[in-house]
Amino acid sequence: MGLTEQIAKLGRSAIELVTGLGRAGLMLWGAIAHRPRLKKGLPLLIKQLYVIGVQSMVIILVSGLFIGMVLALQGYNILVGFGTEESLGPMVALSLLRELGPVVTALLFAGRAGSALTAELALMKSTEQLSSLEMMAVDPLRQIIAPRFWAGVISLPLLALMFTAIGIYGGHIVGVEWKGIDSGAFWSILQSSVEWRQDIVNCMIKSLLFAVVVTWIALYRGYHVIPNPEGISRATTQTVVQSSLAVLALDFLLTAMMFGS
Amino acid sequence: MLTRKIEVLVGLFLLSGLAAFLILVFNVANVEVKTGDNSYTLHAKFDNIGGLKVRSPVKVGGVVVGRVSAIELDPERLVPVVSLSMDKQYKYFPETSSLSILTSGLLGEQFLGLSPGFMDDDIEMLVDGDSIDDTHSALVLEELIGQFLYSAGTKD
Amino acid sequence: MTQKHNSLVEIQNMAFSRGSHVIYEDISLSIPTGKVTAIMGPSGIGKTTLLKLIGGQLNPDKGKVLFDGTDVHQCNRNELFALRKRMSMLFQSGALFTDINVFDNVAFALREHSGLPEAIIRRIVLMKLEAVGLRGAAKLMPTELSGGMQRRAALARAIALEPEIILYDEPFAGQDPISMGVLVKLIRELSDALNLTSVVVSHDVDEVLGIADYVYVLADKRIIAHGTPDELRLADNPQLKQFIEGEPDGPVPFHYPAPDYKKELLSGLD
Repeated sequence: MGLTEQIAKLGRSAIELVTGLGRAGLMLWGAIAHRPRLKKGLPLLIKQLYVIGVQSMVIILVSGLFIGMVLALQGYNILVGFGTEESLGPMVALSLLRELGPVVTALLFAGRAGSALTAELALMKSTEQLSSLEMMAVDPLRQIIAPRFWAGVISLPLLALMFTAIGIYGGHIVGVEWKGIDSGAFWSILQSSVEWRQDIVNCMIKSLLFAVVVTWIALYRGYHVIPNPEGISRATTQTVVQSSLAVLALDFLLTAMMFGS
Repeated sequence: MLTRKIEVLVGLFLLSGLAAFLILVFNVANVEVKTGDNSYTLHAKFDNIGGLKVRSPVKVGGVVVGRVSAIELDPERLVPVVSLSMDKQYKYFPETSSLSILTSGLLGEQFLGLSPGFMDDDIEMLVDGDSIDDTHSALVLEELIGQFLYSAGTKD
Repeated sequence: MTQKHNSLVEIQNMAFSRGSHVIYEDISLSIPTGKVTAIMGPSGIGKTTLLKLIGGQLNPDKGKVLFDGTDVHQCNRNELFALRKRMSMLFQSGALFTDINVFDNVAFALREHSGLPEAIIRRIVLMKLEAVGLRGAAKLMPTELSGGMQRRAALARAIALEPEIILYDEPFAGQDPISMGVLVKLIRELSDALNLTSVVVSHDVDEVLGIADYVYVLADKRIIAHGTPDELRLADNPQLKQFIEGEPDGPVPFHYPAPDYKKELLSGLD
């Protein structure tokens, strides 16, 4: 009996997973498969860009600066042992562009904006604001979900670029201003090793995909929340956990595809 | 519904994103905008290019005068063909100039060293599309050691 | 209520269940045009569910819900949205949009659907707010209002598009006597002045019997009684009597179903 129960449980969770994916897909489809309405949609989008993008800027810029500085400090200590401390520039720039920029930004974004999105939507659902929209003959998918989704997809890549740029600047502060690496050498070696197509375009592709995944999970968790206090707090936690795991797994896949061969 | 402050801040946010992008593209990846007028192309065949890469610099006495724009294999003679994108500012190199693949430092990156040849009345200047014939391939450490061992062996 | 053309909403032999939990077995009722109809019953009986079924947010397992002769659940999305522009629902919590102020809340549906210029919308909104006595609170955020005022603001929003029917979900729950009195007065006045059809779902017996023209009492997955308030007060159905008089024990038992008390106390631990 233990075994049959186990199998039944496995089957149930598999069915739940598939229904969940289906519902998430339908939600996103319902939200974005429309002709955009410029006049009504643009103010909504701008407001969400403010909430999702502008309000995440401080944490992203501060983290970027410090991560760049720490990276440079640790890197310097290792590289100086080989007498190749001039390579600090490419080390910092490539680590940030290829991995840390997109990934750390996405993780911070999941914690800052993703959880806030889920909590906001969950609260709207439990106070019947979403039902109320439905009853006013306004589609909540278009009114509420769509602007938040687009704002997330636009904001995260921009934040990742800012994170990377300020991180490299942080590396410059530590390497050049503090440790005394020659500024010319730092930049010229950095510039000759960073490539537009391989590094910058891939950085943007990564952060764009992370943006879709994180925003989607956050919106789905909030929109399909069980509308009580316990459900809301659980949904918020799930957003952060699931989107972080999804970002890391996706990052491995993308890195293998982009830099693997 | 939207306050002016929010609109301004969102505008600033988008601009900072754009600024970060431009910094990364032009300052970090150092992509040069090719306007077509600023460069001319030369070709050169080598036997072995070693670790030369696209975007490696071309230097004359340490001054960067151009960059490697493409590396291909000649389909008939099966040797590497390197295309150089040269700065129009430096356009007075005679046909007799030679190219060699050099290494900065013992383990550093490889670059092309251009040695301007002698000039004479009947020697023309290199122009867009010309080839440099006098080329010296990269030094491959393994071959060098092999030669050294061989010559050391024959002396005995 | 027997003449069909006089009723705006007609529910015919409807059954509804959530998962394995049956909420309605077979209910039929009709809501007369221009009158205040109350639907009463103990909590947890699915009164809010009934409103959501009328609004087309939930689908019944069996039976039909007709709104002005149209089957709500046979409509496609556009037809349903067209029907919903003629109805309005006042949610228990008010459901005001918390990120915009009271004025914008009331203006919301007008801006979405009416296509009127902003100057006219402003006038309409001020008139609706005046009707509920909240014109002075137009610039406040919903969270700055008391619970009773939130419900009045939501009422102003509900009547903004001049609907034919308003569905009130527990309008009196958790209100102090003054706000309760204000709401009772508003519902009655709106219904009379605008010739609105009103459906009030509630378990506040006195208030409901005070304003309703016709009352349905739901219990045990069915309608157990219906009639005018006076008829109901005189009825001798014990289940109904218990509900109206508020007796703690009766046909609706005080105890949750349990095994025999004495036996359970005397039995040992399993």
